[in-house]
Amino acid sequence: MTAAHQTLTTADGRPLKAALVRAQRRARRRAFLLVAPLLVFVLLTFVIPIGQILYRSVHHDGFSANAPAVSEWFAATAPGTEPDEAAFAALAADFKAMQAARTAGVAATRVNYTLPESRSLFTKTARSADDLVPPYREAFLAIDAKWASPAVWQAMRSSSSAYTGDFYLASADFERAEDGSIHRVEETQRIYVQLYLKTFALSALITVICLLLAFPVAHLLATLPMAKANLLMILVLLPFWTSLLVRTTSWIVLLQSQGVINSALVAMGVIGDDGRLPMIYNQAGTIIVMTHILLPFMILPLYSVMRVIPPGYARAARSLGATSWTTFRRIYLPLTLPGMGAGAMLVFILAVGYYITPALVGGADGQLFSNMIQFHMSKSNWSMAAALSSLLLVGVLILYWLYDKLIGIDNLKLG
Amino acid sequence: MSSEPHNDSFVVFDHVQKSYDGETLVVKDLNLRIGKGEFLTMLGPSGSGKTTCLMMLAGFETATHGEITLDNQPINRVPPHKRGIGMVFQNYALFPHMTVGENLAFPLEVRGMGRDEREAKIARALDMVQMGKFANRRPAQLSGGQQQRIALARALVFDAKLVLMDEPLGALDKQLREHMQFEIKHLHESLGITVVYVTHDQGEALTMSDRVAVFNDGVIQQLAAPAELYEAPQNSFVAQFIGENNKLSGIIEEIADGRARVRLATGETIDATPVNVREKGQKTLVSIRPERVEVKPEALPPGTQTIEAEVLEFIYMGDIFRTRLRVAGSDEFVIKSRNAQGQRQLRPGEKIRIGWAPQDARALDPL
Repeated sequence: MTAAHQTLTTADGRPLKAALVRAQRRARRRAFLLVAPLLVFVLLTFVIPIGQILYRSVHHDGFSANAPAVSEWFAATAPGTEPDEAAFAALAADFKAMQAARTAGVAATRVNYTLPESRSLFTKTARSADDLVPPYREAFLAIDAKWASPAVWQAMRSSSSAYTGDFYLASADFERAEDGSIHRVEETQRIYVQLYLKTFALSALITVICLLLAFPVAHLLATLPMAKANLLMILVLLPFWTSLLVRTTSWIVLLQSQGVINSALVAMGVIGDDGRLPMIYNQAGTIIVMTHILLPFMILPLYSVMRVIPPGYARAARSLGATSWTTFRRIYLPLTLPGMGAGAMLVFILAVGYYITPALVGGADGQLFSNMIQFHMSKSNWSMAAALSSLLLVGVLILYWLYDKLIGIDNLKLG
Repeated sequence: MSSEPHNDSFVVFDHVQKSYDGETLVVKDLNLRIGKGEFLTMLGPSGSGKTTCLMMLAGFETATHGEITLDNQPINRVPPHKRGIGMVFQNYALFPHMTVGENLAFPLEVRGMGRDEREAKIARALDMVQMGKFANRRPAQLSGGQQQRIALARALVFDAKLVLMDEPLGALDKQLREHMQFEIKHLHESLGITVVYVTHDQGEALTMSDRVAVFNDGVIQQLAAPAELYEAPQNSFVAQFIGENNKLSGIIEEIADGRARVRLATGETIDATPVNVREKGQKTLVSIRPERVEVKPEALPPGTQTIEAEVLEFIYMGDIFRTRLRVAGSDEFVIKSRNAQGQRQLRPGEKIRIGWAPQDARALDPL
């Protein structure tokens, strides 16, 4: 080796780097082939559906595709422009085409999202599409006087573009006025923001209760001898092996006003017969049952972390002069942080998206955001459901980012 | 006993017994006085009760019976954090979520010490173990030997009068272990602290201790200074456990005036010093250290008995020769001779005569 920066070569003169790549290529290819099925699976079942949801939340071409002529007119005029004869003529042409293709319902659905109760106006007009002869404005007004309403035209205008932020506006309790300006909906109609916040607050509460309940259990599991710990572990996992529906309904049996707990309390004289506690079909029911269902998700990561904390640390702290409380606070608790973080993360994310349990036991005030998503899905309003889902996703991602900032994502141990 | 220089009783085990299951005693009637400033090692095989004794002293186990006193105060009911005993654990038990400095600050913080005083003490303790530059490292960033030093500094930083060490060098490699042995010894001497050290490594015990308590089966077999322990083991267990040892079994034929004549299995007789055998006809195990065996009988005082031996194996170990012989029917008789000028290298198959001074052959109880 004469020059210091001469490239290293193998014995037969090939560059060392190239030889290394060649030698590792086979192993790399094998590793890739092993993960390929999972990669495909994740792509098909996760990335694509989420992409679809995000797309649907901003895209709906029910109106723009079926009423191209009037959509063009909207595109050419400024928001708030009074519809002129040309606009009515374009709309008439669209209605005739829609009546022929029987797609008026699809377009009406899209407009209906923006302006409720406008569906009947569309179907009625479509049925009478043959009567639409010039002068078109008068012909439309003859079918229904509502065609003069600026609200209808504003609704059509916002539907005239396939890409729209209207669903997000609605999710944030905003709406467009007749002149196209954005303002909050009436106070009595605001539901989403409040429900969104309530969902996160309830999930946080459930996470805290789970943590408080799981910590001693996990500690016991981690310190008991193996045989006893295994038995206890089966008890922890037993609910896992039972159907979610069965568990939820068994809570109904326990908690309802004529249920086991209330009857027992009445029998013991703790409460009067007319003072039975409302523990289900309300927020309390949602909290109780979801805490129970999500508890194992907190216990398991905590247990896996606690099990590997050597008892020597606690002993060392004690011998150094710390009381048992100080030892717990300064030594044991910080060492369990990765488990607490993982458990809290699991429980919180699951709770935020929970739907069956609140639907069954939540009553009116125990509903969560997912129930609203489900409501829109049942009404086939996929775009609205998608917008709400995206908001939920964003909320979780923000919390995840916060967690990383505050505690650090390396401090997460799932098992 | 030759070494009782410590007249005070800083730590006293008074008739201490310990049982975990209520059926067997792990520690049987332990009586032990440890002087102030003494380095006492509890040595024994695993399960001999030595660690249990240490844990009772530290307060992590309670004595089933008996009293332990520290500086004349009974401590049976004092919780570990109020005993003020420093402890170095087998795997160091450095808190992984704290830096070295925070680890050392911990015992001072829980004692409510002010910041400036803390900093000064930490700096002093780290300098003591030559780790002054490492205060901001995490334990995981340190090597085993460095972690060991930090654990030591943490046990010393709050000026404990008594420091317990539970096999602290077990996880280190041989060279580092030997180095640390001397360092701990020097710290002990310069600080004047009392150390109770637990190990199963007899070399470590002999190197470091003022006195060694050899444990077996929950009982102290012998408590003595290292030299006495090696030269004059009181029973077969101690002879076997400390150092290398040749044993020849036989029957006492004559016993008088501190001399015993032992007839071996092959019919030959040897002279030995009786230790815990009393009468004629008793079975005995004669113990002889390999380096006390002489292969040139002419070097022994006249009249010394010799015995026939056949060389089975010769190993050249550099500073010494290690030769395995067949003596009195036993194939495991080993002698060690120094690689000195003119020392002969024996050949396998060679028949020689060997001998030893009668005081080096100790007639002990049969194992």
